[in-house]
Amino acid sequence: MARLKVATATLAGCFGCHMSFLAIDERIFELVEHVEFDRSPINDIKKVGECDLGLIEGGLCNSENVEVLREFRKKCRILVAVGACAINGGLPAQRNPIPLSVILDEIYLGEAGIAHGVIPNDPELPLPLNKVHPLHEVVKIDYFLPGCPPSADVIWKFLTDLLAGREPEFGPELLHYD
Amino acid sequence: MNTLETAENPEKLRRIAIDPVSRVEGHGKVTLLLDEDNRVRQVRLHIVEFRGFEKFIQGRPYWEVPVMVQRLCGICPVSHHLAASKAMDMLLGMEKLTPAADKNRRLMHYGQILQSHALHFFHLCSPDLLFGFDSEVAKRNIVGIAAAFPEVAKKGVLLRKYGQEIIRMTAGKKIHGTGSIPGGVNKSLSKEERKALLGEIYTMVSWSLEAVGIVKQLFESNREFFENFGRFDAKSLSLVRADGAMDLYHGDLRAREIDGKKIFDHFDYRHYWDVISEDVKPWSYMKFPYLGSLGPDEGWYRVGPLARISNCDFIPTPLADRERREFLEYDDGRAAGATLGYHWARMIEMLHAAENIKDLLHDDEIEGEDLIARQGERAGRGVGVIEAPRGTLIHHYRVNEEDLVIRANLIVSTTHNNQAMNEAIRQVALQYLDGREITEGLLNHIEVAIRAFDPCLSCATHALGRMPLEIELFDCEGEKLSSASRSSEGIFLAQ
Ligand code: SF4
Repeated sequence: MARLKVATATLAGCFGCHMSFLAIDERIFELVEHVEFDRSPINDIKKVGECDLGLIEGGLCNSENVEVLREFRKKCRILVAVGACAINGGLPAQRNPIPLSVILDEIYLGEAGIAHGVIPNDPELPLPLNKVHPLHEVVKIDYFLPGCPPSADVIWKFLTDLLAGREPEFGPELLHYD
Repeated sequence: MNTLETAENPEKLRRIAIDPVSRVEGHGKVTLLLDEDNRVRQVRLHIVEFRGFEKFIQGRPYWEVPVMVQRLCGICPVSHHLAASKAMDMLLGMEKLTPAADKNRRLMHYGQILQSHALHFFHLCSPDLLFGFDSEVAKRNIVGIAAAFPEVAKKGVLLRKYGQEIIRMTAGKKIHGTGSIPGGVNKSLSKEERKALLGEIYTMVSWSLEAVGIVKQLFESNREFFENFGRFDAKSLSLVRADGAMDLYHGDLRAREIDGKKIFDHFDYRHYWDVISEDVKPWSYMKFPYLGSLGPDEGWYRVGPLARISNCDFIPTPLADRERREFLEYDDGRAAGATLGYHWARMIEMLHAAENIKDLLHDDEIEGEDLIARQGERAGRGVGVIEAPRGTLIHHYRVNEEDLVIRANLIVSTTHNNQAMNEAIRQVALQYLDGREITEGLLNHIEVAIRAFDPCLSCATHALGRMPLEIELFDCEGEKLSSASRSSEGIFLAQ
């Protein structure tokens, strides 16, 4: 049987969802018998190829996040929003009511202890969006895994259900939103 | 300072980007500018993401902060959880914790050090170290390690799991728990939990000792290379205990010169701004901290395992202290100043964490029931500093009479290392890339140098920048969601 190709990315997230994925611990050795990783921050594949499954942590806070998300949508048959940030923006979206210029000024110009305040402006830096957006506002998302982060057991159940050709299902003991 | 920060005629140079830097946490990229002879002219590590935590935390009640701020970083949430808790202890005049609270917080913290160091070494870096920096891309990950070195991979995964279990038991959840609260903790270790952890701790100590051995062997196998790779001289900063011992949970600030001379010692971190200032550069969202008295060009420093091991006078657990001495004496101190020496120092700390956990588990007070300190006099500000896995972490809040945060400043570990990481990759560029045809393997050398610091690039992204661009974001139906652009004065215009 061909192994399932899986890519993962972290956008405007804290990496906690990836950490929770790795908290499947020794089950990872079993997983890789059925799954082959494409682009992911835990390996050195930097561009996503044709994949069966894409797992995305974090919402969208800048232009680069949007590019990566669109690329993933194009290449992945099934695309999953993993965790609160991907689903509704999560904690980073708490900046949404505040105009960006206010945040910018305070952090780079207004603070005591900064010798030469300057607002970073290099073309190498992607442009931030004025608000943090959840993934499904920009592309179609096939599955949502709630939690901040979803527990390793949720991620494990999701993957093993998919691998077995079942519709993923979670009992109340697995589903949580914190 | 290295001259490769800014090239004179960037428009005439060829650009190569490593984007994204992988097997590190968060978002970063490296750009290299080369001339027609492939001579390296400019090298920069850019931190490309914006968060704005310090701003949007304003207006939140103080007791929410220790839970909220963890979402800065999912690799070391406990560090933020505890640094914020310590700041709130100070705010409430509750800095003298009960023994049960102090020990449970320490247990949580050392569990975190153990899991984070194990993750970094085994999951993220061991592929470079065990296969070689320019080995096959497809192999360079934990899955490749599991196939070639199953025992190493297994122990790495189980060490991390053990640390995560400690966090789950003390904080309630493996990632983003709630165990620490202003003035104490909300639970102590139960008898059953203690027993379960005690059952495995000796194995963890011995595996940690083996891990130190792995790095030592690597140094031995290629001494010259390991000592000189991305090598640069730097000052160091860390907390030390009152008696000069390594203490990753609490202490005073100590900074040393390159030659080991102390710049300051036992400086009370509650006034950290008297010794640490920050600089901003237009090409990175991450600030550049420095020792204020020395200025930005001379005052930058290293933090983290390498800085801590050479900064402290001793490690208060026997196996780790023996390893510390061997490390410092190795080849007349050449390992202690090497960029790859970070890995060795990190494994010594992992051993120390395991030994420390063992001692805490043998202490009956870990099951104590008196969890909250008596409230003292309320202050308007709270400063909490801790040695996170990656280095000194500073949280600073001002809170008004209505209990709401009105100001916040965070200097996270990776930010302290900003200049140091840039120095390291410029050295590597000069040593290995300059004048050569650039290959993937050579580019990975740059990433190897960054990884040595175990950077946590998502922690380090506080704010946003000014770009000569315009962007519009449309939803699936083609409806405009948001757009943003910049005026020439750098004011951000959002419509
Ligand atoms: S959902 Fe939670 S754990 Fe996941 S990226 Fe967001 S803040 Fe981190």
